[in-house]
Amino acid sequence: MNVRKRSRWGLVMGALLCLSPAVAFSADVEKGKEVAQTCVTCHGMDGAGQAQGKFPRLDILPKEYIVKQLKDFKEGSRKSPVMAPFVNMLDDEMMENVAAYYSSQTAEVEAPEDADEALIKRGEQLALRGDWDKYVPSCRSCHGAENQGVGTTFPALAGQHASYIVGELQAWQKGDRANDPQNLMLAVAERLSDEDIQAVAAYLAAQPAH
Amino acid sequence: MKKLITVSAFLLGFVGLAHAETKVPVNLPDAPEGHYVHKAPTMEDLEADESIHPELKRVIRRGYDLFTNTQQLRGKNVFNDMNCSSCHMGEGRMPFSGPVWPAVTTLPDYRGKNDHVNNIEERIAGCFSFSMNGTPPEYGSDDMVALVTYHHWLATGAKIYDYDIAGRGYGSLPEPEKEPSYERGEKLYAENCAICHGEDGQGRKVDGKVQFPPLWGDNSFNWGAGLVRLNTAAGFIKHNMPLGQPGSLSDQEAWDLAMFMNSHERPQDPRFEKSAKHTREKYLNVHKHTMYGKTVNGKVLGEHSNTGEKPFLKPDVLKPRTFE
Repeated sequence: MNVRKRSRWGLVMGALLCLSPAVAFSADVEKGKEVAQTCVTCHGMDGAGQAQGKFPRLDILPKEYIVKQLKDFKEGSRKSPVMAPFVNMLDDEMMENVAAYYSSQTAEVEAPEDADEALIKRGEQLALRGDWDKYVPSCRSCHGAENQGVGTTFPALAGQHASYIVGELQAWQKGDRANDPQNLMLAVAERLSDEDIQAVAAYLAAQPAH
Repeated sequence: MKKLITVSAFLLGFVGLAHAETKVPVNLPDAPEGHYVHKAPTMEDLEADESIHPELKRVIRRGYDLFTNTQQLRGKNVFNDMNCSSCHMGEGRMPFSGPVWPAVTTLPDYRGKNDHVNNIEERIAGCFSFSMNGTPPEYGSDDMVALVTYHHWLATGAKIYDYDIAGRGYGSLPEPEKEPSYERGEKLYAENCAICHGEDGQGRKVDGKVQFPPLWGDNSFNWGAGLVRLNTAAGFIKHNMPLGQPGSLSDQEAWDLAMFMNSHERPQDPRFEKSAKHTREKYLNVHKHTMYGKTVNGKVLGEHSNTGEKPFLKPDVLKPRTFE
């Protein structure tokens, strides 16, 4: 599925074999795999997450983004009673390592069941064109033409679990998540109706991950 | 600073939206007394409207597609990283985001920029020549007709030759209290804009596709574009940026950012003759609001022969008309 990630993994392996200074870096992933034992119940070893539990896919996220989220959980700008006890077990180095591990994975995730056609249509509108009458720009205007993520700041949405996207948009609305740069996501999230949130999440979850 | 309540009332009139108390308001000015508000149709409206001939729908869709993905004309008509929708936010429909339908309802008309009467095609040709640093699709070609058709359809129900349009252009700001400052703008840029447009202002591409447009340099609009004017840029920034947060910056901040953005180099004004200073004087009606031909950080802006990716200076369509 993911040529880019595989090639990155290949690069790491190549570096491990050839260059001694790279050992520290490649060891990150190995150490991260050990740390991932803490995460495996909900996120799986391949980072597939679980749709039922609102547990996000991690394999589609860049390392830097995952590290930031872990730190934000710890500092409280992202509130999650579920994540809190786990992030408290992690120091900075473990966060770096586990993030490096998960971002190097390629998870097998089953496509979601077909959602209601009208719902998907509304979701597609929000994701690709936005709803400017509510001053809602499209998801793609920041998250990439195919919502595959942009850099380390704007995470991939395509292929993410719908339940997780719904939960996060609601968290922004409730103030449980306030770790977005410059309130860029808050501005959009608070203009969405409950139905909009369901629609955009259903559409994005049905898109192929990159 | 406008009050949230008046803004909500304005948007209500504009788009039928009533905001609950939000942490990030949509902070846009009120419609002035006597100005009319036009609610342009959406692509969803188009699909739902059974009165429109299927062939017309097809051409409108093509116009929309060209408008929002103008990069498909890269190397043919477009020679930079811009799309129409880079500057005309919200699909060319939204007040204070350079709505394009007023070009249909107020043209043909005399334009000071080129000192003759322009129709809608020639107006669009101006965007291609300056903002896209390119050359327009031929007058009457499929692409031009599709773009014109999209503009016309957006104007459905609007008043012909009524100039009192609420939210036309980007809205003008009061003169700044302090002289706009490159240094203040530079700091504000790093805090508010760099996350998308990059620390170097060169925007961002993902998988070879333009994600965030460059604000200066070879792949941005050229020295003849409307956004080069500080007042126009300040209005755009104030009422559109950061994305989704119109009105979040102060007027002074918008002026400072405009000064910073437009004190950088960009491709030559296609009307260039002799020198930047000479060209500035010749087109002073526009350039009196720009930094073109002025000295910034020890260099005269625009004093070069760089046309960016474009292999020519002046598109053939930029010529006087006499109607004689």
